[in-house]
Amino acid sequence: MSEKKPGDFVEVQLGRRNFLQIVGMTGAASGLGLPIAAQAVAVAAAAHATTLKGDLVTVRFKVNGKAQALKVDSRTTLLDALRDHLQLTGTKKGCDHGQCGACTVHVNGRRVNSCLSLAAMHEGDEVTTLEGLGQPGNLHPMQQAFLEHDGYQCGYCTSGQIMSAVALMKEPCGPANADVKEAMSGNICRCGAYSNIVAAIQQVRKG
Amino acid sequence: MEPFAFSRATDASKAISAAAKSSTAQQGAEVRFVAGGTTLLDLMKLNVERPTQVIDINHLPLADVEHTSDGGLKIGALVRNSDLAHHALVQRDYAVLSQALLSGASGQLRNMATTGGNLLQRTRCVYFRDTNMPCNKREPGAGCSAIDGFNRTLAILGTSEHCIATNPSDMSVALTALEATVVIRGTGGERRVPIGEFFLLPGDTPQRETVMMPGDLITHVILPPPRAGARSHYLKLRDRASYEFALASAAVVIAVDNGKISHARVAMGGVGTKPWRSPEAEKALEGQSPNEHTFAAAAAAALRPAKPQSQNGFKVDLAQRCLTHALSTVVA
Repeated sequence: MSEKKPGDFVEVQLGRRNFLQIVGMTGAASGLGLPIAAQAVAVAAAAHATTLKGDLVTVRFKVNGKAQALKVDSRTTLLDALRDHLQLTGTKKGCDHGQCGACTVHVNGRRVNSCLSLAAMHEGDEVTTLEGLGQPGNLHPMQQAFLEHDGYQCGYCTSGQIMSAVALMKEPCGPANADVKEAMSGNICRCGAYSNIVAAIQQVRKG
Repeated sequence: MEPFAFSRATDASKAISAAAKSSTAQQGAEVRFVAGGTTLLDLMKLNVERPTQVIDINHLPLADVEHTSDGGLKIGALVRNSDLAHHALVQRDYAVLSQALLSGASGQLRNMATTGGNLLQRTRCVYFRDTNMPCNKREPGAGCSAIDGFNRTLAILGTSEHCIATNPSDMSVALTALEATVVIRGTGGERRVPIGEFFLLPGDTPQRETVMMPGDLITHVILPPPRAGARSHYLKLRDRASYEFALASAAVVIAVDNGKISHARVAMGGVGTKPWRSPEAEKALEGQSPNEHTFAAAAAAALRPAKPQSQNGFKVDLAQRCLTHALSTVVA
């Protein structure tokens, strides 16, 4: 394992975000009654934590039909690029480890977990998010079916559920409810709206 | 996540040269190839993997499934798990592989995960994934937290006093029963490794999981021609019906001639530190009549070397029932 070299750090440049983090850290250190020197160490640690230099990568792709060129830290996931760089916050961050499915989007027409993919890996790809599926007044049939069947409670998983369900229409999947449940098992709904979600999907599949 | 330099490989040779600068291709590698990203990104977010250089190999021309001259199948390392599972030839001639792939992960993850990446999938041992806990695989010499800890899901075959981590792959279990060959390209050219030699037992070096060396790139997996008259099946048992790793699984390839088993290949998942081939079970099956008695004897032989830990003794029975059921299904 390689050690971090001094050159891996850049000078602190105070922006709104790391300023708040550093102030927060100082506040926490004060609250603990630490001596001034320890507070300084805490502040320095916070500064380093927020200014680790990342490699900048350019990625050109299409999102919801629109060409985009982003310059992002190499660590940026597709999910974070969509939410934080393109302000497409319809895609949700749940577990951030590919276990919940809330971040599901389509890449070249296929559903993927956007949290487990680097934005930089999508050069030339076509990405579709919930925003690209339909809008109020012009809903995709799957969005309409989720409304009609009350396929959600809190709504946090809904975007991923709908993206997964739409992709499922083009995948090999048997006709039974059990087949839909198996195909949708990568999308977790902790409210437990599963039966309504299956009903919505089956309505669209049966046309 | 630690910072890393990112590059896109357009040429395998250059990618191999760049990766060869890594001190290891095993745990702690400084250079990593990324294909699907489903294991690597997960572990990088946990700081279990901290590469300083990540090379995107998705643009290399390794995404085809082709016939081999002898009637086998040559699968590109970048073929996605969902595409391989639904490939007509795989479904027809290698059902066990299609079934194993479809039993793994979720629809989204199978669209991302690749054939080469799945071979290099890492253990789900909770101590390996938690950098606050000692783990010999992650930090050689630190100690194993699992042996005296939460070990219900961990291995009972191929363990050592240093590591009991389970290999989590379903695909690799099917490939083991199918006697696949892994094609690796490295700085010294191409070499072909039988899958039975690809994975290493933990022994006293649990940080080494495969024969992969710095610079090595898996380019293909080759399946031998399907054996005439053989049938295959994959059975996976787990804590929930879908989207969960195996507690025990069985991949079987069986041919029956004149009422006797003429060919038997048996591999198990969820119980071994590597995809677990059982020559003991195969020996107990070949030449025998395909019946419950034979299957039970084979299953008992397969689990005879098992060394259960404090919480996973149930796997000894579960794996035997899993194997017996898989064998009954394949000859039915």
